[in-house]
Amino acid sequence: MGMTVVEKILARAAGLPAVKVGDVVEPQVDLAMSHENAALVINQFQEVFQGTGIEPKVWDPSRIAIIFDHRVPAESPKTATNHKKIRGFVAANGITKFHDVRGDVGGICHQILPEYGYVRPGFVVVGTDSHTTSHGALGAFSFGIGATEMASAWSLGIAVNIEVPATIKVVVEGDFPPMVGPKDLILHLIGKLTAQGANYKVLEFHGGTIRRMSTSGRIAICNMSVEAGATSGIVPGDEETVRYLREEAGVTDAVPCVTPDADATYVQTVEIDVSHLEPQIACPHMVDNVKPIGQVLGTKVQQIVIGSCTNGRLDDLADAAAILRGKKVAQGTRMLVFPASSKIFAKALDLGYIHDFMKAGAVVMNSGCGPCLGVHEGALGDHEVALSTTNRNFKGRMGNPTGEVYLCSPVVAAASAITGVITDPRKG
Amino acid sequence: MAKVIIKLENDISTDDIYPGRFMATVLPSETPQFAFFDRTEFNAQLKAKAFPAGSIIVGGENFGCGSSREQACSTLKGHEVAVVARSISRIFLQNAINLGLQVVLCPGIEASEGDDLEITATQVLNRATGQAYDLVQLPAARKGIMDAGGLIPYTRARLMAKG
Repeated sequence: MGMTVVEKILARAAGLPAVKVGDVVEPQVDLAMSHENAALVINQFQEVFQGTGIEPKVWDPSRIAIIFDHRVPAESPKTATNHKKIRGFVAANGITKFHDVRGDVGGICHQILPEYGYVRPGFVVVGTDSHTTSHGALGAFSFGIGATEMASAWSLGIAVNIEVPATIKVVVEGDFPPMVGPKDLILHLIGKLTAQGANYKVLEFHGGTIRRMSTSGRIAICNMSVEAGATSGIVPGDEETVRYLREEAGVTDAVPCVTPDADATYVQTVEIDVSHLEPQIACPHMVDNVKPIGQVLGTKVQQIVIGSCTNGRLDDLADAAAILRGKKVAQGTRMLVFPASSKIFAKALDLGYIHDFMKAGAVVMNSGCGPCLGVHEGALGDHEVALSTTNRNFKGRMGNPTGEVYLCSPVVAAASAITGVITDPRKG
Repeated sequence: MAKVIIKLENDISTDDIYPGRFMATVLPSETPQFAFFDRTEFNAQLKAKAFPAGSIIVGGENFGCGSSREQACSTLKGHEVAVVARSISRIFLQNAINLGLQVVLCPGIEASEGDDLEITATQVLNRATGQAYDLVQLPAARKGIMDAGGLIPYTRARLMAKG
């Protein structure tokens, strides 16, 4: 019987000829990623070794990546001390894939991993962040885990007792209409599946729309697959994956891709035609509360946010800058822009986008996660409304439980910044 | 037998259980103070130790959705509460098992605040209504971890065996 992409990846990583849904396997981990929560992973890791007489050393320092992004630069002495502790651990263990608070190589973990070629098709990637699903965009099986599970992976080099997940096949066809793109597609899919519709399952993306989509767009859809509960989203590696890794990540060695068998078994198939898709908005306070933009037009917005691991890449910034160029952010509305990485920031600077944003009145911030999860800058005031290109709108997400967060694409956010109300970019 | 101390709606997120702004706090000894922080009254009751150990939080579908933050489990474990929910999101469930937070999957559960529940090996009995609901066994793949008392002792044993 044929296998899905994830079944093939797990079989290879577990050293088995084949696996099927429900099998319990222990795959070798190809890459283990953490951000600031490495501080907790380190505690748990040290506890594992307690009383064993074995020196606490990670199984393979070259397969661990640590990226500071959630609170950069540190917003409190507590965070700064966590950063310091992690730096010490990184040095002591010889971890090389480390991205400190820096304006040259810093950025958000889910951008850094693809950007530096750390993820390859067929990899098993685990990360102490739920949006680790992002790396399925490069054809890897990539999923979020907790800190203790990461401590276990650092110790043993495997993901212990993984149940092979069932896969939902998502087939996307058609050309996006103007001002509609990958973010609208994934919001539409989450609305259709619901927030738990893909719980414990993988979303495997296919179809002409996906084949033609850039890696940036694929990262956006895999990033948000977790919002439908998916263990991972995955786009089987193809020519675009190889192009991205060669041209944008500077990878020079061979990039073999893993593709599903034609007779692979799927638990469900979802077909989507995007040719008539409208801009989509996820309304408070759930990501699956998705509506076509027409139903929320005119909603007053106090804060616009463009950026994050979902939509802070160069194409996102280019689309938003094109709309804002020569325009002004509305009075009574503030706009924050945070590129997904320092490299993207530098390119956006060279291309003039940053200047466009600043002239329009937007505040451009350093790369990081801050505003998205309300931990560091960009908090909402009581009962304020945000329109954001980020990935979650749970109550309290932007730091204030009385605030409301609407999620959208970069072009919707940019068009709405000019008017101060949710605005259709096709009519702006 | 234990009392339901709160009945929650569907899709309770980890931001609800443990708001992101407290994520720099990682120690299990410190996380309990922020449990359900924005549900001010409930948070105050938890902090005042108003509930005996084993008290039950009843959730709906998709309990613990969202972030992978383990604080969402350590904060509840610190209060020695149990979670009975209709369904539980993947990462939260794994974190709960890894840390030894008691979680019960009970797809049909109907219960209100103040009800007494009895959890057996196969059912949840609501003593207030006289109804019994079948529970779903936790993933068999994770049994070794549960038997070992959590992922840390489990990993330690695996490490020792490896030599």
